Amino acid sequence: MASRNGEEKVELGFNDVNETKTKKDWILLSLRVVAFFATAAATFVMALNKQTKSLIVGTIGSTPITATLSAKFNQTPAFVFFVIANGNASLHNLVMIALDILGPQYDYKGLRLALIAILDMLTMALASAGDGAATFMSELGRNGNSHARWNKICDKFESYCNRGGGALIASFIGFILLLIIAVMSIAKLLKPNRINHAPSPSP
Amino acid sequence: MAKTSRICHLLLRFLAFSATLSAVIVMVSSHERATFFNVSFEAKYTTSPALKYFVIANSVVTVYGFLVLFLPAESLLWRLVVAMDMVLTMLLISSLSAALAIAQVAKQGNNSAAWLPICGSVPKFCNHITGALIASFIGVIIYMILLLHSIHSVLDPLLLKKT
Repeated sequence: MASRNGEEKVELGFNDVNETKTKKDWILLSLRVVAFFATAAATFVMALNKQTKSLIVGTIGSTPITATLSAKFNQTPAFVFFVIANGNASLHNLVMIALDILGPQYDYKGLRLALIAILDMLTMALASAGDGAATFMSELGRNGNSHARWNKICDKFESYCNRGGGALIASFIGFILLLIIAVMSIAKLLKPNRINHAPSPSP
Repeated sequence: MAKTSRICHLLLRFLAFSATLSAVIVMVSSHERATFFNVSFEAKYTTSPALKYFVIANSVVTVYGFLVLFLPAESLLWRLVVAMDMVLTMLLISSLSAALAIAQVAKQGNNSAAWLPICGSVPKFCNHITGALIASFIGVIIYMILLLHSIHSVLDPLLLKKT
């Protein structure tokens, strides 16, 4: 490719972007909105997950002793991490939606699409870690572990476990949507009409 | 230039393969027998579903890493490798996080659920699990570096296929 042709092509590309409106990607935007709602729902349902119950813990003579026990999410570090990871994911989606709506003029040295793709992948990694930890901690709560003498808690705190399960399902939906979004963001990098692609000098 | 880049890439993949392989081996070979109150129990990785998931995920990533090492440089399958890299890295991260959550309960217990820590009675088992988690963590870091390298090679397609 002669360099003169390359220069002409670059100028044409810049003029096109300035004059015609770039087509908004509605599919990506709607996926981000749904993912934002899913991860935000997971965060709030798990953060407000609480159940208080008074259980009989023993008897003295003939009078039973009751103690009021409460199950909260911050007693388990795995659930705290789950809340933090999903909060992070929903904040990331919110910022990306805002960036998309505010238009393509926010650019950092032409690396806007690459930064979006990298940040999408990092958020996906965090969400996946939060999901994994919370899933197996809930499984431990539901089934216990007979070898380690850890009793199950879900038979006593039924609605706590059910709400935690609902938060987990919402978080899985958000994670799958994040995966699709990340793949689409990386696919956007491959398109030839992006403005950050400087013509590479012919070797 | 492309040759050194390819050698670097292969070296990173080999390091990741050996990290996940050692995580599998260390976790599978961890077992300890302990007795308390006349009841003897054996602590193995099969007693916990999270540790089983950890072994399965790391084995899958080990086999995948081994197969990718032998992929020729100009094959069209490298695009599939970029996609599979992402999916398997997320699998690895979630398995590491699950095993970490269970190991944290084993080490420190959970007061509210009346779960006692078991690492006091089986210290060798706990050290084995710690070693396997560290090896898998190294594998995760290397796979994240490989993912960033894949994005860089997507931006600069000369690295993916020969012109």
